[in-house]
Amino acid sequence: MSSDKLTTEGLTTQIDQGYKYGFVTEIETEQVPRGLNEDIIRLISSKKNEPEWMLEYRLKAYRHWLTMTEPTWANVSYPKIDFNDIVYYSAPKKQSEKKSLDEIDPELLKTFERLGIPLGEQKRISGVAMDVVFDSVSIGTTHQKDLEKVGVIFCSISEAVHKHPELVRKYLSSVVPVSDNYYAALNAAVFTDGSFVYVPKGVRCPIDLSTYFRINASETGQFERTLIVADEGSFVNYLEGCTAPQRDENQLHAAVVELIALDDAEIKYSTVQNWYTGDKEGRGGIYNFVTKRGTCKGARSKISWTQVESGSAITWKYPSCILLGEGSQGAFYSVALTHDKMQADTGTKMIHIGKNTRSTIISKGISTGESRNTYRGQVKVMPSAVGARNYSQCDSMLVGDKSNATTVPYIEVKNDTAVLEHEATTSRISEDQLFYLKSRGLDTESSISMLVNGFCKDVFKQLPLEFSVEAVKLIEMKLENSVG
Amino acid sequence: MANLLEITNLHANVDGKPVLKGLNLKVEPGSVHAIMGPNGAGKSTLSKVIAGHPAYEVTEGSMKFEVNFKMKDLLEMEPDERARDGVFMAFQYPVEVPGVSNETFLRTSFNSISKAQGAEEMNEEQFRKFLQKKMELVSMDPKFLDRAVNTGFSGGEKKRNEILQMAVLSPRLAILDETDSGLDIDALRIVADGVNKLKSPDNAVVLITHYQRLLDYIVPDFVHVLADGKIIETGDKSLALKLEEKGYDWLLQ
Repeated sequence: MSSDKLTTEGLTTQIDQGYKYGFVTEIETEQVPRGLNEDIIRLISSKKNEPEWMLEYRLKAYRHWLTMTEPTWANVSYPKIDFNDIVYYSAPKKQSEKKSLDEIDPELLKTFERLGIPLGEQKRISGVAMDVVFDSVSIGTTHQKDLEKVGVIFCSISEAVHKHPELVRKYLSSVVPVSDNYYAALNAAVFTDGSFVYVPKGVRCPIDLSTYFRINASETGQFERTLIVADEGSFVNYLEGCTAPQRDENQLHAAVVELIALDDAEIKYSTVQNWYTGDKEGRGGIYNFVTKRGTCKGARSKISWTQVESGSAITWKYPSCILLGEGSQGAFYSVALTHDKMQADTGTKMIHIGKNTRSTIISKGISTGESRNTYRGQVKVMPSAVGARNYSQCDSMLVGDKSNATTVPYIEVKNDTAVLEHEATTSRISEDQLFYLKSRGLDTESSISMLVNGFCKDVFKQLPLEFSVEAVKLIEMKLENSVG
Repeated sequence: MANLLEITNLHANVDGKPVLKGLNLKVEPGSVHAIMGPNGAGKSTLSKVIAGHPAYEVTEGSMKFEVNFKMKDLLEMEPDERARDGVFMAFQYPVEVPGVSNETFLRTSFNSISKAQGAEEMNEEQFRKFLQKKMELVSMDPKFLDRAVNTGFSGGEKKRNEILQMAVLSPRLAILDETDSGLDIDALRIVADGVNKLKSPDNAVVLITHYQRLLDYIVPDFVHVLADGKIIETGDKSLALKLEEKGYDWLLQ
């Protein structure tokens, strides 16, 4: 009987080589010399024509970074990174001066079209405003005029430094201090671009805002900085996507994202992370070392992080919420899929400070191949957080017998009135489940994809519709060849 | 008439231990067979081997199934291929599939089988209408469609869900693996009604059961006694009554 296909041992490793975003765009670039020192930082700052305060900010961060050491507590291993062997700024040459999207290098337009993001006026995706970042610079933002009409500012952070310095100075590093951690300090010193959003009082942002990050140049790092401020009673839905070419060397992506929600404001932040993962032997791929944090500063404010982490050789990422305002709410919904030799250490921190604050954590990890998948999460209730509530659910699914799943919850409660619930499960796709679905006419791939989609349902339903369809497809594609 | 299923000298192991030891069975279209026998005789093994469970290893013998007037070798086929050719097993212990709605599951299953058989696939709306009729067959509450497959279902609900799947997929060969066990008398009647309404001259039903009472509702053409991995006695429905009265001992001596 040819039953090999069904046994769980046969369920491993042969994952997808078809990373369709792995192409390289041939384009003339302008780069700063390899390495990191104060001169490089001055050079980057001058290329961006930054005001003095921005340069000071960078230098301060750099000097602090020099005193720090790389964190080693995450459940990931990789050779030591030589920070002097990275190019910290790389931009398409023709792009450096241009401001209008109509003047973009056609080569770049083609690149983004191939990535499924048409930027030309005619073809733009309606209902979503896009900022696109190529290596170190934003090459343009769509729908800006429509947004201006309602007072929403959506532009690259570089543009914001020039046009809205008062907002940037007020909020930059207000959530993630320069000295927060090793990669956050590095980012503050060398960040090159990212998005800036300001939604004024009482405005519901009429369309979704989205940033697409593309790494193209080799041996460069991408240091993205995103800052989103939702003023009182406002609402914004923000989506983020990312891809990179297939290369044999590892590349560093160290981003910092800060969200600020004032009274009654709500920010929904969704990510589909699909950086290049490296090949089957673990060669190449992106190191995704990211600090994402939001402050629910105002009363009754809400921040939710939804992420589908399906890429990167190594992920080190904990989108968190500081629940300061009374009655504020934070949420973290995550699906992390690892395959081959990928390593992911991801989770969240929910810090309850205000009264009657609430947080929800739903994390779904799927490990296949020889990958390592760790959920690391902290729920902290401060003495002031009377009536705080948290619900955490962390589920892991193992496919095959060489993958690894770990759950590391940290709980710290300093107020007796707090109510915390924590549930965690680890499961394996069982032979019986597969047999059941197959005996109803579904082939092995469809069966596994049905089981995995069912497993992730609580997270997928948090994503905006188009994103959720994309996420399901992405996970299916990644799993497609994971069965022998 | 040609047989739908022909099992010849079937030997099968579970965990290296022989369970089926030279079993023969022929099933014609339009017939209902009941397989009875003491615990551990190999009844459930037989149903799993027919459906193709990977944990059951066939060491000898053959199992052929008629598809378009040709006898195909079931042993060479994956469980999904068997299903697409019209083999269906109602599970003794239906499996939970968390997060997948019963309706999505049924539609995906129906469409993958329809597609393989060259029939039209149905969209959500068409399928819902079609499904409503089938639900009535097994008196199933529509709320079950939104619930995750078998998740949190009671034993009886799971069994009824199996019969609903059978009604949706209209298999040519249905094997009911102890579908009656754990059912109260009302549920039993509903399940039996469902099966009776689905009978046709083209398909066949194999009932695996411990109890004669199911056979009061679904009347078999043949009753087989399976003991120690072989069929040791075959008769008509009166055999079941005799077994109920006398047990199996008189056959085993």
